[in-house]
Amino acid sequence: MADPLLQLEGIVKEYGEAVRTRALDGVDVALHSGEFVALIGPSGSGKSTLLNVIGLLDRPSAGRVVLAGTETTSLDDAALTKLRGRTLGFVFQFHHLLPGFTALENVMLPEWGDLGHGSAELRKRGEEALTAVGLERRMHHTPSQLSGGEAQRVAIARALSRRPALLLADEPTGNLDTVSANEVFDLLRDFNRRLQTTCLIVTHDPRIADRCDRVIQIVNGRIVAPEP
Amino acid sequence: MPFEWFVALRYIREARGQTALILAAVSVGVAVIVFLSALIGGLEVSLIDKTLGSQPHVTLHEPRETARPLVEPSPTLAIAREIQPSPQRLRSIDQWPSVLREAEETDGVTAASPMVTGPGFAVRSNATSPIVVLGVDPERFVAIIDVPRKILRGRFEAGGGRVSIGSTLASDLGAEVGDRIHVSTTEGVDDVVTVAGIFMLGNEAVDRTWVLTSLRHAQSLYALPGGATTIELKVADVFQAEQVAVALHDRTGLDADSWMTLNAELLAGLSAQSGSKSLIQFFVVLAVALGIASVLIVSVVQKSREIGILRAVGTPRHRILWVFLIQGGLLGLVGSFAGCALGAFLARGVEGASTNPDGSARFLVQLTPQLFLYTSLLATGVGLLSAVIPAVRASRLDPATSIRNG
Repeated sequence: MADPLLQLEGIVKEYGEAVRTRALDGVDVALHSGEFVALIGPSGSGKSTLLNVIGLLDRPSAGRVVLAGTETTSLDDAALTKLRGRTLGFVFQFHHLLPGFTALENVMLPEWGDLGHGSAELRKRGEEALTAVGLERRMHHTPSQLSGGEAQRVAIARALSRRPALLLADEPTGNLDTVSANEVFDLLRDFNRRLQTTCLIVTHDPRIADRCDRVIQIVNGRIVAPEP
Repeated sequence: MPFEWFVALRYIREARGQTALILAAVSVGVAVIVFLSALIGGLEVSLIDKTLGSQPHVTLHEPRETARPLVEPSPTLAIAREIQPSPQRLRSIDQWPSVLREAEETDGVTAASPMVTGPGFAVRSNATSPIVVLGVDPERFVAIIDVPRKILRGRFEAGGGRVSIGSTLASDLGAEVGDRIHVSTTEGVDDVVTVAGIFMLGNEAVDRTWVLTSLRHAQSLYALPGGATTIELKVADVFQAEQVAVALHDRTGLDADSWMTLNAELLAGLSAQSGSKSLIQFFVVLAVALGIASVLIVSVVQKSREIGILRAVGTPRHRILWVFLIQGGLLGLVGSFAGCALGAFLARGVEGASTNPDGSARFLVQLTPQLFLYTSLLATGVGLLSAVIPAVRASRLDPATSIRNG
């Protein structure tokens, strides 16, 4: 079997100075290219902390994170930022689009911010990403002019515009009605199948988890039920 | 467009209210600086113009005569003595034509004029006035002091028995153009001359005493045939006059008095005025800086989640830093343009609102391209500096925390 796209080994994450709180306690996870995985667990179990560690937004207190063949533990902030921007895509529960920018600009910003300058090519890729999520007529609308489902689709377009190897989605349907939630999920599934984008979806919704290839369950900072 | 500029401009546009307020604050601050600088600069130029309108920038003359003791004290000889100051007599500068040439060739000197000057009396009818006779080479002299421009009546002449006199002296003597006055000098020489022109240089002491005649005539009045008691100089930069004077003193051994030493009180006043201006400028700049910094700090707090998202999706710290530095610089720059316009408008308004009886402006203002350039650069620099703390703060935001708590 090929090397995993993401390999976590013995991840420990502790918070606090005087009183140490262990949010992750020896987590081992491996994600392979093209997988569509759900991460479930009760509130306070460490899901968001794990997602932050996987997303290179937070450094573990102990353990190794290997992403796309790169051992990340020793990387400085600039290298982590570059790796994060070029390898990972993020979809948050609340779309977290920048309110003062249009849908197209929001989609262009990750690559624009990484490269430093805009270009016609960049714009074209942004338009293609929005067309792929069915929002070709909403490109120049700001987030406040979009519905919740549309905004989340823009967020997906933003996350996928750079063709990331791994998409991290934190409750992507948690804030949507059933119809919009299904649309968003189908969209993620479609990209996973067409582009072989690995997806890790944090969810409370068992119906969403059931539709994933694999479910990872975390309780009290430990993986308790890795399912094949 | 570069990412940093695009985001900075969008943030400025997005926060219209805040942007308008801080731009107004920067504009008012810059306007105060422009207005004050123009007013104080104008006053400074006006005072210096008035002062230098009736005196040379540097005057060379023989050193004062001092009594020389016949015997000096020694370790074995103590002397109790009183040395009385020597009376000063009019003396010609030794070899003055060569000194004149040397002075003319000195760096910074733009004009030089030999002169014989001494005290005397002017008499007309029953009126007698103490005078100062200035024997000049008219062509050279007008390059030092522009008398023809200050002629009230008649025309500037100095030679051939015709003189130009100050307006107050003319009034004291009851003399008009064409009248003859009797001139007697301390050397006991008398002559009768005709008033060809009456001038007003704006300096009461000058207008009350000066009688301008030719160099040759003054030489005969003071029994200094072929002599010159002083050499008057004009320099390119009036504030370099003292340096030129020191250099000429070192080179010629003559006493060299610059207008700066003769008008030390005026310079001290100007310096104090300039100090006050700098102090006001400092506090205005401080207020502007604090205004820009506080607005940007609020902006960083308001946009911390957005910054966290930008960082999460791959934007490096330094680009976030520049987004806020650019905002600070732009606020300073745009505010400075508006402030320069407002300051210039106010300065011109004050200049036009108050006039002297002769119609000239009572408050002269000095609005120069250098003032606008300096103020714009200052405001932009202050904007940039004020943005440093907010920008560093923004660039150091932890993306995970900002997204969670933003």
